[in-house]
Amino acid sequence: MKSETWKEMGLRENEYELIKEILGREPNYLELGMFAVMWSEHCSYKNSKNALKLFPTKGKRVICGPGENAGAVDIGNGKAVAFKVESHNHPSAIDPFRGAATGVGGIVRDILCMGARPIAMLNSLRFGSLDNSRGKYLFNGAVSGIAWYGNCLGVPTVGGEVYFNKNYEGNPLVNAMCIGILNHDDLARGRAEGVGNPVMLVGARTGRDGIHGATFASEELSSESEGEGPTVVGGDPFVEKLLLEACLEVNRAGYLVGMQDLGAAGITGATSETASRAGLGMEIDIKKVPLREEGMTPYEIMLSESQERMLIIPKKGKEGEVERIFKKWDLEAVVIGYVTDDGILRVKNGDKVEAEIPARALTEMCPVYNPEKKEPAYLKETRSFDWRKLPVPENMNKVLLELLSHPSIASKEWIYRQYDHMVGTNTVVRPGSDAAVLRIKGTKTAIAATMDGNGKYCYLDPRTGGAIVVAEAARNLVCAGARPIALTDCLNFGSPEKPEIYWQFEQVIRGMSEAAEALGTPVISGNVSLYNESDKGAIYPTPIVGMVGLIEDTNHIRSQGFQNDGDLIFLLGRTEPELGASMYLEVVHGLETGKVPALDLKKEKAVQELCLEGIGAGLIKSAHDCSDGGLAVAIAESCISGNIGAEINLVKGNLELPELLFGETQSRIIVTVDRNKGEEMRALTEKFGVPVSLIGQVGGEELKIKVNGISGEVINLSISKLEEAWRGAIKCMMD
Amino acid sequence: MKFGIVVFPGTNCEADVRYVVEEILGQEAYYLWHKEKSVKRYDCIILPGGASYGGYLREGAMAKFSPIMEAITDHALKGGLVLGISDGFQILLEAGLLPGAMVKNDSLQFRCQDTYIRVENEKTPYTCLYSPGEVLKIPIAHAAGNYYVDEKNLKELEEGGQIVFRYCSPSGEVLPQYNPNGSLNNIAGITNGEGNILGMMPHPERCSEEIMSGVAGRKVFESILYWLKERCAL
Repeated sequence: MKSETWKEMGLRENEYELIKEILGREPNYLELGMFAVMWSEHCSYKNSKNALKLFPTKGKRVICGPGENAGAVDIGNGKAVAFKVESHNHPSAIDPFRGAATGVGGIVRDILCMGARPIAMLNSLRFGSLDNSRGKYLFNGAVSGIAWYGNCLGVPTVGGEVYFNKNYEGNPLVNAMCIGILNHDDLARGRAEGVGNPVMLVGARTGRDGIHGATFASEELSSESEGEGPTVVGGDPFVEKLLLEACLEVNRAGYLVGMQDLGAAGITGATSETASRAGLGMEIDIKKVPLREEGMTPYEIMLSESQERMLIIPKKGKEGEVERIFKKWDLEAVVIGYVTDDGILRVKNGDKVEAEIPARALTEMCPVYNPEKKEPAYLKETRSFDWRKLPVPENMNKVLLELLSHPSIASKEWIYRQYDHMVGTNTVVRPGSDAAVLRIKGTKTAIAATMDGNGKYCYLDPRTGGAIVVAEAARNLVCAGARPIALTDCLNFGSPEKPEIYWQFEQVIRGMSEAAEALGTPVISGNVSLYNESDKGAIYPTPIVGMVGLIEDTNHIRSQGFQNDGDLIFLLGRTEPELGASMYLEVVHGLETGKVPALDLKKEKAVQELCLEGIGAGLIKSAHDCSDGGLAVAIAESCISGNIGAEINLVKGNLELPELLFGETQSRIIVTVDRNKGEEMRALTEKFGVPVSLIGQVGGEELKIKVNGISGEVINLSISKLEEAWRGAIKCMMD
Repeated sequence: MKFGIVVFPGTNCEADVRYVVEEILGQEAYYLWHKEKSVKRYDCIILPGGASYGGYLREGAMAKFSPIMEAITDHALKGGLVLGISDGFQILLEAGLLPGAMVKNDSLQFRCQDTYIRVENEKTPYTCLYSPGEVLKIPIAHAAGNYYVDEKNLKELEEGGQIVFRYCSPSGEVLPQYNPNGSLNNIAGITNGEGNILGMMPHPERCSEEIMSGVAGRKVFESILYWLKERCAL
């Protein structure tokens, strides 16, 4: 074979040599294509595998950890939730509507594979600035794509997060998370067990769309990428809805041995993965694959990434029953082969053998690399940046309003009102609070879910930043009254072949692992998206965490809004002189630099335990995490959400005013209690050794903040003024 | 009482409606697959929301061809109760069981949010437990809820008391700024002339429990039950 052929397919020389060694011969064109796509970074994790081993993956609630289509954790009452996050960054950069829509479709099928009914979706988005038409086009396209797919499917999109930063202009991020619910007995696996069992292809027909999608996802974007239109696949949420109902019906009926969605690498991926997980082989006949187009070659059939398809391995003899169920839903279900005992994935075209590859070779034998790593030089400068040399603005009212109207902090209502976030009638806390909460029908319990990320922190200190992302996700759940139980992650980075980026990658994983370990939230599934680069360079290292928590009693559900006139406002945790990497520096001074706030995991854990105990005891009435924009922004958000004012008195101590109001010190939560429960709250805090201060009282129609030693109020704004700035910002830019 | 909940390919609010009927009202609820040809056993037929046939072509446009629609029409002609919610309302319009049509929201976007609606006619089987002019906080979730009807039919609707719900302010003023989709005269729900068929865009099943941000919609279902029982008593 000519070296151009395997090079074009993205294989390296050592990989090509290994393929020859495995096969004991030269691969043919189809076999080479199958290897190339399965050995791409997207499918094989060849550059990331070793670093990912650092993640803690075990826990007493974990039913299924990484390695399956999604992870699953126990939530009591014989029920479990399966969840996972996945990226669709590159397709969304080329065609935001279709790219984002198919991203949703893909993650829903991953959850479906577990035998779970999808009950909620979240998404995490990163775009460039909204001050230009290209930025608006990409953002609007992605939001409408997610809305279109999810709304049609009838799975509520209950939460998420969005940041806007020039850094993502050439390579936006679209990460979608899906949560499904299942009874323990219904847990399905992506395994082709049982020699002789039939292999069925179900759902949509196979077309020429999306060939080489996985390879495309493993390359950097260039200005030519926009011309690569055909690689972005179109989705059909209506077919997905039918597929979902049919697959769940087949699973409930007990006909199923294994199930796997066809995502990256299409039939090649699904057949080799299911066979390999079972340690068996598979023989399929591509003549039997229902096609959408005439004249498709074996190569095209095996590598097509047409959406809304699943591979089903039913019990032998149940093919007819499966077919009947799919027919009811107006879908095709066709036997394309059967499970074999020889470990070989054999692709036939009628009588002719087109490919013969050990299934394990495709999924397990790709070389694993330890890319070179090197601490980036910029860190010396950013770490030593001294913000105290900057001028301090006179008017803090103005600063607060600027922060509230920055699209990264402002209300995301413009987005989530386009998503059906209520279908299913489980969404008890809707988008717009720290975490979304879904009640579990038939029980007293509920789950809370959140997605978090902070690329700027990770750029300025990957290890601390990675840990903070996990800690913040957990804190958000705690504020909703939930005990965090597990997480899923999507690691969005630039090219791992650049030593600085690989160093960031590994440091982030270390930080995340430390926090996940300390906070008792094992990593049960995840996704890696590398090569997020464009002509404008690499994106910020952006790990995204999706976390789920359990609320044992729906009476313990809390949200961020202040509740009643006279309630006392406490700050759990203490504000430190930290202003590096803050939204304040970004918005007021146009700076994205400085030392990232420190994170002490022991303190973090104590604050979270204290908050949970206070909520469980019925003491804490509202809780809100202090994050982007610091204390002043968090209090303003609680005022807006509760539609009630507050009078705050802060002690400055050794802090500068911007540090006090807008610094982003970690492990802080703002809580409220009844006016006569102040002593109880203090008593509780002593038990946990958490510094806590009474900072004010709920009431009135303004947010007033006084600081000792400064005459008058440093902040005095009406709630309507705050709300106008916060709620209108994105709408104003988009409509 | 027996409620039949119609499931078309793409319907996605059937379980939500069933939960309210069974768990909140304590009544019997059954799914009716769109290919069924009889609905005789049921006291009330509900067409729940969703995206029947993916909403392709036009919302509700494909579902009207389903075999069950003939049976539903029969049931309705005999005075049987038929409630269409959101996509179900669109199907009833497309099937000609209610006058008018739906066009895309004036925002051209999907809208999922709380709205306020005022009860304009409390004498229907669906509203008989509400007070005249009662204001309900109730969610919507649709891309095409912009109701349109020609002048002649609008006059009939207005004069015949067929406009059952209108979008309004939290205190009940019917003003354009409280209209979430651009619908004619702020219309959120209408009945046929006889009053036994109701189509409404807001989702009463999404606000029928305290835990789900209020119970403003529950009386739609309770009214049906009350009305059916009263009728039986006669």
